[in-house]
Amino acid sequence: MLAAYMFVSVLLFAIGATGAMIRRNFLIVLMSLELMINGAGMALIVMSYYIGNISGQVMFLFVAAVAASETAVGLAIVAMMYKNKKSVDINDFTTLRK
Amino acid sequence: MKTLVLLIIIWPLIGFIINGLFGKWTKNYAGVIAASALGLSFLSAVYPIWQVILGNIYDYVYFMWMPFGKFNIPFGLRIDSLSAVMLFVVTFVSWMIHIYSNGYMKGDPGYARYFTYLNLFVFSMLLLILGDNYLLMFVGWEGVGLCSYLLIGFWYDKKTASDAGEKAFVVNRIGDAGFIIGVLFILLNFHSVTYADVFPFVHQVLTPQTATIIGLALFLGAMGKSAQFPLYIWLTDAMEGPTPVSSLIHAATMVTAGVYMVARSNAIYDLSPIAMEVVASVGAFTAFYAATMALTHKDIKRILAYSTLSQLGYMFIGVGVGVYWAGIFHLMTHAFFKGLLFLGAGAVMHSMRGLLSTDLMGGLRKKMPQTAILMVIASLAIGGIPPFAGFFSKDAILAGALEMGHPIIWIVGEITAFMTAFYMFRFVFSVFYGEEKVPNLYHELHTHEAPKVMTIPMWVLGVLSIIGGWVGLHFSGEIPIEAFIARTAPTLEVAGEAHYSEALLMGISVCMGLLGIFTAWVIYIKKWITAQSVANTFKPIYTLLANTYYVDEFVYFFIVKPFWWVSEYFLWKIVDVKIIDAGVDLFGWISKRIGWLFRTLQTGFVSHYAYWVSIGVMLLTTWYLIRII
Repeated sequence: MLAAYMFVSVLLFAIGATGAMIRRNFLIVLMSLELMINGAGMALIVMSYYIGNISGQVMFLFVAAVAASETAVGLAIVAMMYKNKKSVDINDFTTLRK
Repeated sequence: MKTLVLLIIIWPLIGFIINGLFGKWTKNYAGVIAASALGLSFLSAVYPIWQVILGNIYDYVYFMWMPFGKFNIPFGLRIDSLSAVMLFVVTFVSWMIHIYSNGYMKGDPGYARYFTYLNLFVFSMLLLILGDNYLLMFVGWEGVGLCSYLLIGFWYDKKTASDAGEKAFVVNRIGDAGFIIGVLFILLNFHSVTYADVFPFVHQVLTPQTATIIGLALFLGAMGKSAQFPLYIWLTDAMEGPTPVSSLIHAATMVTAGVYMVARSNAIYDLSPIAMEVVASVGAFTAFYAATMALTHKDIKRILAYSTLSQLGYMFIGVGVGVYWAGIFHLMTHAFFKGLLFLGAGAVMHSMRGLLSTDLMGGLRKKMPQTAILMVIASLAIGGIPPFAGFFSKDAILAGALEMGHPIIWIVGEITAFMTAFYMFRFVFSVFYGEEKVPNLYHELHTHEAPKVMTIPMWVLGVLSIIGGWVGLHFSGEIPIEAFIARTAPTLEVAGEAHYSEALLMGISVCMGLLGIFTAWVIYIKKWITAQSVANTFKPIYTLLANTYYVDEFVYFFIVKPFWWVSEYFLWKIVDVKIIDAGVDLFGWISKRIGWLFRTLQTGFVSHYAYWVSIGVMLLTTWYLIRII
């Protein structure tokens, strides 16, 4: 059974990573990041249950907190991006290169 | 006492710092500050000098300057009879010339800068003469060279002046290289450069061969600084500087540093007859050679410059034949009368608005009576007429040369003495006597006597030009100055010393001087023979002399030009452009290429960065997995 749970966790992470790399809408990128975090979180919980050690689950609470604050910051950035350029397409934001 | 000795060199340093840092504010007081610094320096020197006359020697080490473990070089000051004489001359004459400069430089835009350099010069000069080791002497040696360069090129917006400064610096470099080699040889043989560790052990340590090498190397340094043939070419151009500078640096003090150094190293020279022969011969040749060039020049400062060369030649005869005291004695009297001559020339320039040619002058004694009298005194002193100062010292040198067995040098010296008296009185007669050569010129220029601040120092030096030589008179069986200097620099002992009637030698010297004056009188006052007819009779010689033997042209074509050629076509266009610049460019090119490679990674697209991050993570993970498996 462990393999199945881990497979789901890795799948979540992989979908998230792919989305973060290929999507152009910054909102979707943020969601993908969220998926990646949750994939990693799931691995923590599964492993914690499997080994019989509670610290993995405690760790997930922290990860969830970090994910929440990260999303808050990310959404604030999206809001500012839209305010400045009327767009949330990340390919419009290449000023770092210039 | 230790502090007092240090104070002698500290005062000019304080003056230098005040005027150097705050010259903008000290402005019109810069001269007063500088002159008082020198006055205090002289006053601090009086007591130590008196104690040295009474028989003490001071040698204080203030701190360890360069501790190297095996050998240490201290910062120490030494006052013995030799440096006491120099100390007196330098502090006193410098003081007088500082006061004089207050008048001469008045209104110059670089007033404070001038006094800054002048104080720095005196500081370096005092370091040179008081330092108790060769390296400290070398610091002073370079310091005075620097100040000389700065002051020759003082009016740097004048091309000739800045060129002359450069020339002085470059020519001196050649000599300095010799000096360094000499000092290194001393270090190699004695493992110390302190005088007290060197001179007492010369006989144990040095063979005559090494003594010759050291002596010649040091003398190369002396030739540069004291402007002996062939390194004299900078001194005449140095006249581009302000006249008090010519007086202080290029006549009275700095250029005599070489003589002092040779006298200081007497123990080394005594061991090497060859080195001494070279010193004396170069001195005699320069004395004669420079005097001939002074015969035809019309620029009053250049006449004095050639005369300085010639007198320095005398000093080197003195130290070269082994009568060190006579060389130093002449150094002292020369500082008085040649300092005065330059100050007089400065006073003339001052009132003639910078005109220098004797062709424009004549009959100036009516306008400038005091200067005229002083110039006559100084000319009598340099011409070797008793009881003026120059007579005693010059006679001591020439008599010494004859007694040490150098009759040829003696003859050359006597002929030079004749020429000296002639060219000096040619100068005096054509400037101060006779009639005004250009009508109404003086009226237009408002020619007048120099202000008191200039005449008083001149009178002081004038008095010293008269009485300064009297320490060379016989007093109860010995000559005071000889006995005094011989404590530090004893006269060389030679077997079978010849003795000549002193009165006869003096008589010949005086006759030579008087004959020179008489000839000048005949030509320039009475005009029984005109200068023009003499010039026409000896046309080739006259042309040769008037062009100063074409030495400058020779140096230009055979040394400067090839140097430029090599610099331009080899060092610049090949070494610099093709090797050094190309090498530097190569590195730039490499970084540019690498930069280009990495620059293309920076696309600005967030997803690309995410892509690179994930690749990085994968690589790290792979590496980690390989490690643990």
